[in-house]
Amino acid sequence: MLLIQDCVVPPPLHWPTPYGYETAVYLPIHWESDVMAASRQARQLAERLGFSRSAAYHIATAASELANNARLHAGGGWLYANALFDATGETVIGLELIVEDSGPGIADPELALTDGYSTGSGLGCGLPGVKRLMDAFSLEAVPSGGVRVRAIKWR
Amino acid sequence: MRIPILELERIVLVSIQVDLTDNDAMQFQSDLVERVAKIEALGVAIDITALDVVDSYMARVINDTANMVRLLGAEVVICGIQPFVALTLIEMGRGLLGADCAFNLAQALEILKRRIAKRGDTRFIEDEDV
Repeated sequence: MLLIQDCVVPPPLHWPTPYGYETAVYLPIHWESDVMAASRQARQLAERLGFSRSAAYHIATAASELANNARLHAGGGWLYANALFDATGETVIGLELIVEDSGPGIADPELALTDGYSTGSGLGCGLPGVKRLMDAFSLEAVPSGGVRVRAIKWR
Repeated sequence: MRIPILELERIVLVSIQVDLTDNDAMQFQSDLVERVAKIEALGVAIDITALDVVDSYMARVINDTANMVRLLGAEVVICGIQPFVALTLIEMGRGLLGADCAFNLAQALEILKRRIAKRGDTRFIEDEDV
């Protein structure tokens, strides 16, 4: 079982070039078109990294879900998707999605991860759905007040 | 972007081909219910063949639309869900779509016609005989 801390994750403060960089995608999310772009680019990245088609669709849906959350509940944020490598730095072992927003935060994270709970604009299965679609999932508050969601799909 | 709404006798056909923004979704829903009410449609087929990512938001829009149409008194069938969309939707949790589904438009029309006939709505059958 691979643990998150065993993976080589690029330092979050230094983003690679936003576009055209092969193993990572960074997108600010403000508008609905950004959400679609996030979903599309996450899928393309997954396909480039050699994920199966169904895994790529899972990743695209998770990205769309998280980006939509950031837009609807927090007024925007950013999405960062990057490849995770093993210790040799050559083999891709997974894909990580990080979505951070600058909204008011989630009052009750436990509740937000409960099936069927919704503040109104969804089916109430967004976050728990992402949790099921991906292999590893974490939700944390960031000092700015927003929420950072990390989700990993192993290859 | 406005979604074209087509009429085939008293069945309404819509095909969602792009992800809908909030405004698009509201526009689409109001256009559709208005048209369904205007022609007193007996059935509605919603085709989503072209959608390859359906998240919970999009699923809700489709679901809500289907329910609105049902409230008006028309039958609804959703058709053309992509295999990977089905896979992802179920993986995400429950069958998000509450309406009936069919492989393609032809089957959706078959189901609609059968259901309308069963409902005893003779107006449609008379139309067909003419």
